[in-house]
Amino acid sequence: MSYSTIQKRPGALAPNMTDYTALCRDFSWERARRELDGLPEGRGLNIAYEALDRHVEAGRGAHTALRWLGKRGERREYSYEVLARTSNRFANVLRELGVAPGDVVCTLLGRVPELYITALGSLKQRAVFCSLFSAFGPEPLKTRLQLGAAKVLVTSERIYATKVAAMRSELPNLKYVLIVSESGSQLPADTLDYAALLARQSAAFEIAPTDPETPALLHFTSGTTGTPKGAVHVHRAVLMHHITGKYALDLHPNDVFWCTADPGWVTGTSYGIIAPLTNGVTMVVDEAEFDVERWYRILESERVEVFYTAPTAIRRLMRAGKEPLAGRDLSSLRFMASVGEPLNPEAVVWSQEVFGKPFHDNWWQTETGGIMIANFAALDVKPGSMGVPLPGVEAAIVRRGEQGLEILAEGPGELALRTGWPSMFRRYLNEPARYEKCFVDGWYLSGDLVTRDRDGYYTFVGRKDDVIKTAGHLVGPFEVESALMEHHAVAEAAVIGKPDPVAGDILKAFVVLHLGHNADDKLRAELIGFGRKRLGAAIAPRELEFVASLPRTRSGKILRRLLRARELGLPEGDVSTLEEDATK
Amino acid sequence: MNSQQSAELVRRLITQIAPEADLDALDVRADMREALDLDSMDILRLATALHEATGLEIPEREYGEICSLQGCVDYLTKRSAS
Repeated sequence: MSYSTIQKRPGALAPNMTDYTALCRDFSWERARRELDGLPEGRGLNIAYEALDRHVEAGRGAHTALRWLGKRGERREYSYEVLARTSNRFANVLRELGVAPGDVVCTLLGRVPELYITALGSLKQRAVFCSLFSAFGPEPLKTRLQLGAAKVLVTSERIYATKVAAMRSELPNLKYVLIVSESGSQLPADTLDYAALLARQSAAFEIAPTDPETPALLHFTSGTTGTPKGAVHVHRAVLMHHITGKYALDLHPNDVFWCTADPGWVTGTSYGIIAPLTNGVTMVVDEAEFDVERWYRILESERVEVFYTAPTAIRRLMRAGKEPLAGRDLSSLRFMASVGEPLNPEAVVWSQEVFGKPFHDNWWQTETGGIMIANFAALDVKPGSMGVPLPGVEAAIVRRGEQGLEILAEGPGELALRTGWPSMFRRYLNEPARYEKCFVDGWYLSGDLVTRDRDGYYTFVGRKDDVIKTAGHLVGPFEVESALMEHHAVAEAAVIGKPDPVAGDILKAFVVLHLGHNADDKLRAELIGFGRKRLGAAIAPRELEFVASLPRTRSGKILRRLLRARELGLPEGDVSTLEEDATK
Repeated sequence: MNSQQSAELVRRLITQIAPEADLDALDVRADMREALDLDSMDILRLATALHEATGLEIPEREYGEICSLQGCVDYLTKRSAS
């Protein structure tokens, strides 16, 4: 089925970018750098200064930076000045604790104000900030805390008790656990009281000289095999956050902006903390999980102008139909964008019908640090397409060959980006070889397969590897399989993404049992529960099938794509390397 | 469906979705997303499973009502009576 292009008519407020071709032609990162201030007296570039202090210096300190909506109806507002001063206090806490530049500070929190204060204060002290997804179970958390060699963890009483306390002895680098107390009761042994520490500190802090190449952010992401990869970004990335916020999300100062992503995933940091603040907007943060009525109420009552969310949420809004919109005034909405996985064209067409404006899909990855390809406010939208490259970003479709890269005109082929954009990841923690493998001939190879049409619009067609996108979360099958294999009954496991109308994919596990175990419903339930407890519901298999063996290559690699093809009733493709197979 | 039948059904379905959940230790008024670490997809699956078991359509906008065990039982009892 083909979908008509959605054409744009000028609105009341001109987009930041009106002429894409001209901007691409005239764009340079040196010129873009002038939109930021830099630390005073040429002392470098620090993300937190660009996000907060420079607005205070410019007399916008009283403007609301963060409008926090609590699960139980609480509401708190933080001005740029208050957030600047509070994050100064946290930076002073870190300094007093002896946290040095480069040390890793993790949060394991729901979307509470302390998460944002910790992020910005850590950046001021030039520590490396890493937000861990609070719905992860103990296994993925332990892996990430160990890989990151986290020195400080900021978490809640409940999460500490249920997930962290038992593994504390396995985290030798973790010197300090700061608890954001909900109850005010006695804190567990060997932890510190976040609020009390902050209260003791001065609200003044001078950011030390920050070389733009200083590590700033650590985001974990997943590949098909091996442990999660810790992608490191530097302070210079703020240039990309700022420019993409301005052009791809069309953020204007004074906008009210709502990015629904959790900071435990890269979108929730790049666009849920940094880009909105550098652009001087008011960002809405909702602590609660997805709920149709609540979301429409927030869009209406907070007068949200720019809305950035994910396909899974959009499909759930679609399921709810038009009824929850009856009587609502969403006229403040000016621009809507989507990321996390490709947005299906039906959802784009639906949003145009229901809101009178389309969702603008865009594409990027943890490794790219910021939006690379986007549908823009001033450009036509082709439903199903991820759009065109950002000014300053050079994209191509390539095929890897023995002679190096071959550049293709239309594809399908692998999406590649010319190296050198400011938010390009600088390394994978402790894994230089894995990092090097991402680059060929001056291009970063994304692992995503795409096509491009004659107008230059890119469309996603698939992944080169076996990573799974479930409800916008990127999951590496190996991590999930490893967790399942810790169960005494499990001999082997393979995990695939199985298409789901809402989540994109859900995780399905294929399990080979050790002899002597019955492949029955009781054991299936036990294994599903086992996975959920270790991994957390978001990245655990929701379906599980027992099989006699797993299809493998002669070199022993699990052929997950074959399991997936069979699950979907698709052609099996090239099976010439297949070794062992009793799953048919 | 009376409230006891509703309760049995709801417990059975939650156990299918989240077999690790200890329903006996659960505060029946607590939000299961917090108390049992259910995620939003779990609630969606619960609504779908309830629909399959009873034929009742649960609109997405009413999912908030089925997020606690008691809320879910009450919702089901009320809807099946009407």
